[in-house]
Amino acid sequence: MTLLSFDWALVIEKLILIVIIVLTTLLITLYTTFGERKVAAILQDRPGPNRAGPFGLLQPLADGLKLIMKEEIIPTSASKWLFILGPGLAMTASLMTSAVIPWGTDVHLFGRTIALQIADVNIGILYIFAVVSMGVYGIMIGGWASNNKFSLMSALRAASQAISYEIAMGLALIALLMTTGSLSLKTIVADQAAGHWWNVVYQPLGFIIFFICAMAECNRTPFDLPEAENELNFGYHQEYSSMKLGFYLFAEYVNMIMSSAIMASMYFGGYDLPFFDETTVAPNIAAMIGVGTLLIKIVLFVFLFMWIRWTIPRFRYDQLMNLGWKTMIPLALFNMLLTGALILAKL
Amino acid sequence: MQTLTNKALAVQRQPMTFWERLYLINIIKGMMITFSHMFKKQPTIRYPEQKREFSPVFRGLHVLNRDEEGRERCTACGLCAVACPAEAITMEAAERMEGEENIYREEKYAAKYEINMLRCIFCGLCEEACPKDAIYLSETFAPANYTRKGFIYDKNDLLIPNPLTNAADYAKAKGVQA
Repeated sequence: MTLLSFDWALVIEKLILIVIIVLTTLLITLYTTFGERKVAAILQDRPGPNRAGPFGLLQPLADGLKLIMKEEIIPTSASKWLFILGPGLAMTASLMTSAVIPWGTDVHLFGRTIALQIADVNIGILYIFAVVSMGVYGIMIGGWASNNKFSLMSALRAASQAISYEIAMGLALIALLMTTGSLSLKTIVADQAAGHWWNVVYQPLGFIIFFICAMAECNRTPFDLPEAENELNFGYHQEYSSMKLGFYLFAEYVNMIMSSAIMASMYFGGYDLPFFDETTVAPNIAAMIGVGTLLIKIVLFVFLFMWIRWTIPRFRYDQLMNLGWKTMIPLALFNMLLTGALILAKL
Repeated sequence: MQTLTNKALAVQRQPMTFWERLYLINIIKGMMITFSHMFKKQPTIRYPEQKREFSPVFRGLHVLNRDEEGRERCTACGLCAVACPAEAITMEAAERMEGEENIYREEKYAAKYEINMLRCIFCGLCEEACPKDAIYLSETFAPANYTRKGFIYDKNDLLIPNPLTNAADYAKAKGVQA
């Protein structure tokens, strides 16, 4: 009976944590779509959505309701199962990233120490890489299954863009790992919180490279070539309608939040509130402050994403590839060499 | 070549320098511009709650006027219909009967008076042509309608409320300009 004698309380605790994190993420995403429209409007001297509810706060619910009420269309020439699988995969892959993000320090409840992290994997960063690469399958499958030339083109673009920028992203991360010496996100954040400078101080160039690549991975403007309306009509989700389209659009925002969370954790100290000694307050309150700090950092990053989107026009495809292969990868390699040299010099 | 204005600029064809090719500085400059727009005043007029002020010479929907005793001023002379360049006005005249002196000001009145708002160009020539000050253009415009028929405004739609029985509505319809 040793097989069945594992800690059931741990399973329940993790399940509750998963539900909370996924629901919170979805709720934040809902309001990110609203935030995007508001930010766009304010940057363009407009008021933005302000009719549904006070300050338009019910707008995302109205948008969601509208998407659900729309007719579900599956084209006759589409590959039905893959067509349905595509948006689901995109959504799953983007939500899965949240598993390794440490949302705060440990909470003590009912005599148990609960880590605010779904899984403290010691290869956390590799896991993120694996899941992020899976996200492109959602786009690929959806684009291919639509049986539409524009969708297919767009899916190919998305895939090649993701592959190109993942290299520079990985190289930028290697430099970071050389300084931290750990692949576990929990250790990386804890190191930053324990009085050291944030990693962005040690890796400014690496952060810029990572940020640009994250933007490309999320298919955000100026890298939203898979959705280039003037060339591809609508991109990989052209044939999609109703909530399946909603899933694709939603997955983009979840991706944005997740990459913001990862950037905040890896370069900006995660749940660490600067100039504040967490030991002066009760551990549970400190954990809550940590969660709040991380959320604020995520919101700031999301705002930065939006701000860039509504400032910079889309790249041309050859510019995108030039930037990825001829600028980002050499810069990342240089950054890696520089970091290595500095580490050696210190020793 | 001689230029027509002093605004002409020679096109720069030098290759971009390293810093220009990096784009980062110009991107940050651009982002500062968009950021500054967050603090600018929005020119939006939130329509149903707020309305744009019309200029004092605005020519809107027509109103058939009454005099101070609430009698219709129009005598159906037809000068407005003649003046109308869009031929939007039709009317039928009728003779005032005994006992109708408190309704119509003159011996002749308009039994039917219609303006087709789809034809009307709101030029205000009817207002200028009227010898009795019976028609003028107000400060509102014709609201949307579902049918073409709905845009043919008859006397009920055009006539101003009676100042004796309904003074508030009369003042509102009269507006400030007339």
